[in-house]
This record gives sequence, structure tokens and C-alpha cells, in this order.
Amino acid sequence: MAETATDPVPSAASPASSGMPMLHKAIFAILLAALLVLPFLVYPVFAMKAMCFALFAAAFNLLLGFGGLLSFGHAAYFGGASYIAAHAAKVWGFTPELAVLTGTAAAALLGLAIGALAIRRQGIYFAMVTLAFAQMVYFFALQAEFTGGEDGIQSVPRGDLFGIVPMGSNLALYFFVLAVTFGGILCLYRIVHSPFGQVLKAIRENEPRAISLGYRVNRYKLAVFTLSATFAGLAGATKSQVFQLASLTDVHWSMSGEVVLMTLLGGMGTIFGPLVGATVIVALQNYLASFGAWVTIIQGVIFVLGVLLFREGIVGVLARWTGRRL
Amino acid sequence: MRRSTIFGPGLASLALAAAIVPAAAQEAIDVTLGVLNDRSGTYADLSGEGSVVAARMAVEDFDAEGKGMNVEIVSADHQNKPDIGSNVARQWYDQDGVDVILDVPTSSVALAVADITADANKVFINSGAGSTELTRGQCRPTTVHWTYDTAALAKGTGSAITEAGGDTWFFLTADYAFGHSLEENTAEVVEEAGGQVMGEVRHPFPARDFSSYLLQAQGSGAKVIGLANAGGDTVNAIKQASEFGITQSGQQLAALLMFITDVHALGAETAQGLQLTEAFYWDQDDATRDWSARFEEMHGAKPTMVQAGVYSGVMKYLAAVEALGSAEDGEAVVAEMKAEPFDDPLFGEGYVRADGRVIHDMYLFEVKSPDESESEWDLYTQNAVIAGEEAWLPMLEECDFSQEAG
Repeated sequence: MAETATDPVPSAASPASSGMPMLHKAIFAILLAALLVLPFLVYPVFAMKAMCFALFAAAFNLLLGFGGLLSFGHAAYFGGASYIAAHAAKVWGFTPELAVLTGTAAAALLGLAIGALAIRRQGIYFAMVTLAFAQMVYFFALQAEFTGGEDGIQSVPRGDLFGIVPMGSNLALYFFVLAVTFGGILCLYRIVHSPFGQVLKAIRENEPRAISLGYRVNRYKLAVFTLSATFAGLAGATKSQVFQLASLTDVHWSMSGEVVLMTLLGGMGTIFGPLVGATVIVALQNYLASFGAWVTIIQGVIFVLGVLLFREGIVGVLARWTGRRL
Repeated sequence: MRRSTIFGPGLASLALAAAIVPAAAQEAIDVTLGVLNDRSGTYADLSGEGSVVAARMAVEDFDAEGKGMNVEIVSADHQNKPDIGSNVARQWYDQDGVDVILDVPTSSVALAVADITADANKVFINSGAGSTELTRGQCRPTTVHWTYDTAALAKGTGSAITEAGGDTWFFLTADYAFGHSLEENTAEVVEEAGGQVMGEVRHPFPARDFSSYLLQAQGSGAKVIGLANAGGDTVNAIKQASEFGITQSGQQLAALLMFITDVHALGAETAQGLQLTEAFYWDQDDATRDWSARFEEMHGAKPTMVQAGVYSGVMKYLAAVEALGSAEDGEAVVAEMKAEPFDDPLFGEGYVRADGRVIHDMYLFEVKSPDESESEWDLYTQNAVIAGEEAWLPMLEECDFSQEAG
């Protein structure tokens, strides 16, 4: 692992570790400014939900878009962390930030354990192994005592942040969630644009060549898998604090499918794609809730259109039009 | 017993009131009812749009307009997901001015809504969910649990069948918390009534193939096979039991959680002989028949007990709001609902207990055979009445809200 500075990927033209390009800086700044005024324009709980899913999709995108690994079991880390965080806050009386950290740590350990086994296989087999483990987590959540079966963990208290700042109001919680998710997404950005991220892209493009260059590919894969699970866990743990509950929905396989949908719709392998995709899907589910079963059908139609017309996703298409990396 | 006299005059006076228009021109009370239930999934038939129809009928029958109340009804689909349900509930209370949330099948969603309602000091009248937690572990002064709970179903089915001679039981249980608690509750009741539990078999949730479990149940020699599961599992188990000829060979099948829409979907041929407990059946007396006929005209199907519960809940709620002159303070409205016992056209005599549990009679029904059944919805014969005082779990002390409510 001596040579890391030289970039083995011809297509990746971004300046590695030389700071954020102006365009990205501008977009992040605008995004932050918009998010600061957002709770005064739309319903804060809805905005918090969208942010949690944006982080979840961004974490998934790290694995799929930059690591080239398609996991069908990310609900396990998202939901697992939400259960642990809810339990920590409710039963152990942890403050919100500690509960979120506990949940995230649990997701990291789970990701490490499952990842270590899953990365031994490739392609469809990798996807099936992750799905199988996620189903195990699902049935664990269904059966275990502390998860409350199909009732889930209910009425999780919104404690005091750091033991002093009360999180009772939606607005206070909103800024906590904003800090967590925005911080998480910046971390993911940093990871993608680090030398580690460059090696990941190399592995994605041509794994045998990366091996021949002397990289220990499996370690990189395990690391990215664990990182992705950790951030997915961070999203899930935060969500459990927002909704004050953890339920089977979060660990169900359809949640794993939803995050794939969000990522692909927004633009796989782009920085901002998963955020757009998550917002679109959450908004659809929220504002079309009165259509009942039609929500899933509309989602499906959008997905089919996406695959047929703009395969790179919404942001992917924008990036192609503008000729810039987004 | 139900009083059939209440309803006819009620209707007549409604017509009168509409014709004369009362002079009481007070300031209009704005009330928004939110019907939150499953409109697309497993429970859409037993709650769904039918519950909205029931709520609308209650507003008409109460003559809200004539009494100076401005009632609006909104509805949403919670897709049986607690996060979607709680999101809608919060938004309704925070933004849309909803005063009361009705129905809410699926226990996980109901428990979430109960909490949010208490925080917002609004009212939650649950009709669709069965969890006893709503008036026990997670009881709230703003919750009213109307129609049924799993303990009452277990009590009804368990004790009535055991006392009628079905004293040996075998359970077919869905292997998760809900199934376990349903089985436990029923086993307790059966043993209390002098019966005996011969054994149980756990099936994964959800299951398709019940043949090996049913063969075990058949081989156990128990007189009654208790189905401690719900929804699709119960329906599948009953279908396959009918293929094995279990009821024809002398064993009884007892469903611990089932609704008339499930029985209707199965048909009398398949479901015949099945025993189950419900709080309401359309063909009980003139009042229920009249009301159900009107309901069917608007909705195209007979009402379930859940939909009937929504109707009665709205009637009682509007009466309390009228008495108080405001729907603002949820806790006060619920306390007002608890103040007086009621005599309801659909649920008979009853009252709202201090913990929010509504106490009324429950009934044990048996599904008719196709020969006995005269029409599409003529499905039940009544086997026993479980008196209100016996059907429900006793109140927990910490859930007695009568002091604070004053």
C-alpha cells in the first residue's frame, strides 16, 4: 500500500484532497441557508424526515455509487440503529446525542460483522447475502423482547440535548437533526474525496487492476461497507428521535428497496443525487398519502420513467447538461 | 340488551329539527374530525372508507349543523406504518386544526397516535386497534378505546366456548409478540373456566402453508382449535382447515381476531362453524338493521364493528363538545365523555371508564352454514352475550384519570 498519491482512475478528474471546488462549496452554502429557513416554510417534522432519509441515501450511495457494491440489506443498519437508539433513550434514559451515538455504534458493529462475510462474494451473490442478513435482523426485531414486536418501541422521550437543551419543540429538534445530517453528509463528502475514496473508485472501475497495483481490495471494501452502515445507522438513530418510535417498517426489506430507489432516482455516484432522490420520494409519500395504494404505483412509474429516460438520475442528468460534477 | 326505540324517534326528531331550524344562534363551534386508518392494505375493508362514511353519518344524525356546530371531516391513509401515521397525526394537530383522531387500526400506529394526542391535548377515539396497552401500559387521559381489545376477544371466545363444553384447546399461534399475547390471554381464560390447554404450535409470520400445523392440531384430539393470529394468516388457516375437513370431523375452530368482512370474503361454505367474538353485528335488532341498511346504501357493504365504533364514538364525542361549547381542551372533552353512561343504538348500554376503556357487551357468534345463510351478509348466529362488566380487563390504578379530570 505504498503508492496512494497517484490516481489510477482516468475518469476521476476531481482534485483529490485539495479542498472543495467552488461549485460544491456554493451548493453546500445555499443548501445550508435554505435548510435554516425551511422549518419556517414547511412543516418541520416533514423536513426532518426528508433530511434523515437524505443522509440514509447518501450513506447508501457511498457503498453503491463509489464502492460499486449493491447492498439489499441497508434497512438492517438503519432500523437496527433506530431500535438501539430508541431503547437507549427510553429505557436507559440516555440524552438524545448519546442515544444517537449508541445506535450509530451498534450499526457500525453490525456493518462490520455482516460486511466481513458479505464482501467475500460479488455481484448478485453479495446482494443476496446482505439481504439474507437483513432479514435475520428483521426477524430478530420481530421476536426479541426489547423491540416490542410489531408495536415497536413507542413513546421514546425527547430528552434534553447534552442534558441541558430541551428538545421538546419541533423547531429545537429540527436544528439538532440539521446539524447531525448536514455534518454526516459533509463527512461522506470528505470520505469520497479523500485518497481512500479515490482507491474506492479505482476498485469500482477495475478490481483486478487495483489488486495488481498492490491495494488490499478486501480491506477497502470492508471499510467502505462499515462506513456506509455507520452513516445509515446515524440516519436511523436520528429518525427514531424525531418520530419518538422505532418500528418494524425501518428494518423491513422494503426499506432497503426504498433507499436503492432514492439513490438511483437522484443519481447514483453523485454527491447531491441521493439528497434530491430522498427528498422527492419522501415528498411523494407525504403529499400523496391520501391516494393510498396509488403512492407505490406512482413511485413505480417514476422509477420506470427514470430508468428509461434519465438513467443517470436527476442530478446525473443535470451534471451531464452542465458538464460539471455534482 | 339494545333499545330499538332510541333510533326511530332520533331519526324523526332529526328530520323535524332540520325542518324547523332551531333558533339557538350561538357562535358556531368548529370541529374537525380526522379519520386516520388503512385505506389500501389489509385493514382497508374493515376500516378504510367505511369508517369515513360512519363518521359522516354520525355528524348527520347528531344534527351538528342544527346545533350550531361546524363539523368537517378529513381522512388519511397511514399504510399501517407508525412513522407515516404519527407524521399525519402531528401535522393534523399542528397545522390542520384537527380536534379528534378516529379509528386507527394497527396497534403500533395507534400507540404512536395516543402519545401525540396527549401531547397536543386533543382527543383520540380508537376503534380499529386491539392492543390493551392503549388503556393500560400507555394509557393517556385523552384516549378513548371504543370497540374491542384482544383481552375482550380472548375472554369472549375463550370462556364462552369452554363453558359451552369445548373444554380442551389447542392453539395455532403466530410466532411474534401479538400472537403470543393473544394465546396467553386466551389460555388463561380457558383454564379459569375449567378447560385444559392440550398444546400449541407456533407458525412463522406470515405463513402460507398451514398443513403440518393443522395436522398437529387435528392429532392433538382437542375439541377446540384456537387461531391466535390475524389477517391473512387466519384466513389461510381457515381455508386450509376447511380443506382438511376439520370442522366437519367434530373439532371446533375459534378465531381470536376476526371481522365480518373476513368471514364475508371467505364465504359461509369455508368459514361455517367458526366461532368468534365481536362487539357488533348488523343483524341484532331493528336499530342495528336500520343503521346498517343506511350504511350499506352509502358504502356498498355491511358495517364492521370497527366502523360502527367510529359512528358511536363520534356521536358521543359531539355530545361532549356540545355540552362544553368547545373542542379546544381535549382532556376536558374526554372527561365529559366519561361523565355519563350512554345508551347507544349500536352498542347498547355502556360507559366510558375512567381509564378510557369503553365498557359494553360483547357477543360470541358462530358462522352459519350455507344452508342456514339466507343472504350474502347473513353470516352469524349469536351463541352467547358476554356482559360488559365481565368482558374487559379490570382498570389499572395508575390509569384512573378521574381525579385529575375532576
